Amino acid sequence: MKIIAPIKRLIDHNVKVRVKADGSGVDLANVKMSMNPFDEIAVEEAIRLKEAGKADEVVVVSIGVKQAQETLRTALAMGADRAILVVAADDVHQDIEPLAVAKILKAVIDAEAPGLVIAGKQAIDNDMNATGQMLAALLGWGQATYASEVGIEGDHAVVTREVDGGLQTIKVKLPAIVTADLRLNEPRYASLPNIMKAKKKPLDEKTAADYGVDVTPRLEIVKTAEPAARSAGEMVGSVDELVSKLKEKGIV
Amino acid sequence: MAVLLLAEIAGGALALDATAKAVTAAKSLGDVTVLVAGPAAAGQAASQIDGVAKVVVADDAAYANGLAEPVADLVVSLAGNYEHIVAPSTASAKNILPRVAALLDVMVLSDVTAVVDGSTFERPIYAGNAMQTVKSNDSKKVLTVRTTAFDAAGQGGSGAVEAIAAAGNAGLSEWVEDKVAASDRPELTSAKIVVSGGRGVGSEENFAIIEALADKLGAAVGASRAAVDSGFAPNDWQVGQTGKVVAPELYIAVGISGAIQHLAGMKDSKVIVAINKDEEAPIFQVADYGLVADLFEAVPDLTKALKE
Repeated sequence: MKIIAPIKRLIDHNVKVRVKADGSGVDLANVKMSMNPFDEIAVEEAIRLKEAGKADEVVVVSIGVKQAQETLRTALAMGADRAILVVAADDVHQDIEPLAVAKILKAVIDAEAPGLVIAGKQAIDNDMNATGQMLAALLGWGQATYASEVGIEGDHAVVTREVDGGLQTIKVKLPAIVTADLRLNEPRYASLPNIMKAKKKPLDEKTAADYGVDVTPRLEIVKTAEPAARSAGEMVGSVDELVSKLKEKGIV
Repeated sequence: MAVLLLAEIAGGALALDATAKAVTAAKSLGDVTVLVAGPAAAGQAASQIDGVAKVVVADDAAYANGLAEPVADLVVSLAGNYEHIVAPSTASAKNILPRVAALLDVMVLSDVTAVVDGSTFERPIYAGNAMQTVKSNDSKKVLTVRTTAFDAAGQGGSGAVEAIAAAGNAGLSEWVEDKVAASDRPELTSAKIVVSGGRGVGSEENFAIIEALADKLGAAVGASRAAVDSGFAPNDWQVGQTGKVVAPELYIAVGISGAIQHLAGMKDSKVIVAINKDEEAPIFQVADYGLVADLFEAVPDLTKALKE
């Protein structure tokens, strides 16, 4: 079975986000970019399934600017077998919406015919939490989102999902889409020899036009602003003072 | 201008708080029809929410566990009559609505925090580090609304309830089991008071002092991601961008430093209390009342003081 793991290159999660003065978005010029953390978990899971003998090939796909090939190399260094880059934007500030990403991925999947797709549950830039679900809809496949455990049993995946109030286990027919939640695994670091080896692994480059997908955004950005700041209140000296303040406010 | 609102069903019953909050967001967009993919009793409960014009109920085994594929197909089968499709931002609806949107060839708008007009909405991006206002150019708008951003609509509605046929089930997935944590405490996202513990609590056993304070206050218990990752607390207690977003009347953060990802999940709380031994902890910058103290002394003292 072949597994596809789509990955997104975005601002590193340790970088402080700055809103651009013109309100068009967040400043991404000259900031450190990395793989979306949830996608890293997805890639790790795909590699583990291969190591467990449940899959024979892991293909990583990224859609965005040309520089996303660095992110794909990172996934190859982790252990993915080959990569596909779909160039769909010239400027890093141009975010490709989940619907367009899902359409491109559908075209890739139609050509590659994987048995399973594992994606991150959401990208930590636009926080849409949508690509996996949209891709499942377009393919007419089942979906198992927010996975904390994935098992392959014959022609099904058995997936434990993180839901409100606890866990839900479902069985989904393969091929299917799984989206990774935080607790699915802890991704490995690539070793230096593997980073060197990754440079020789195949990386195909395509464009959105090759797949006939129009990436024009459906959502127009009206403005981007800093969130309303919350100012610090007062420090209290003791538990008794805290209790009397809360009683004054009438909340305890 | 009509709105179809997918009701939140939990444990076979209407999740009133989440649904009523979504109704508040939805009624500014047009007449609200609530879709209940569940039992008739949930439909009756939904009809009592103020602002609900009509309720349609599809009670079928296919919807018993909220699986995304059949519920999405049901929503799509009804979508023709509505310009907006709305649901509260719960794990269940966030699983279903993007699927609906893709089937309708429109974008989804996740976690909407404000409705500007019928096609313009505000939503957080980058874990709440920026707020973006976007205008949808799609013919239909499919959105999930963040429940902490809207007050719950009251009772007193008298919408008509109509049973509708199910829309079939392609059988792409099947439910195996739910492991829902049984608790007498209020649900985290709708609790009036939340007491959360962080890495500073130190162990799963030590969380007992957080729980004792919570029980004294009739509060829900939360945890930071650091505490969850360290195995001190279960994942469904996690408050933060990647966990639950809460906005209670009172939020007590104990041994939590205040990472951005945690603040994104609780900064809309009305009153924030922080107890931390590190006076430099960023949590104090958002707290209304800060107490620099050893939590192992301060929290039991606080629990005791509240008993008197």
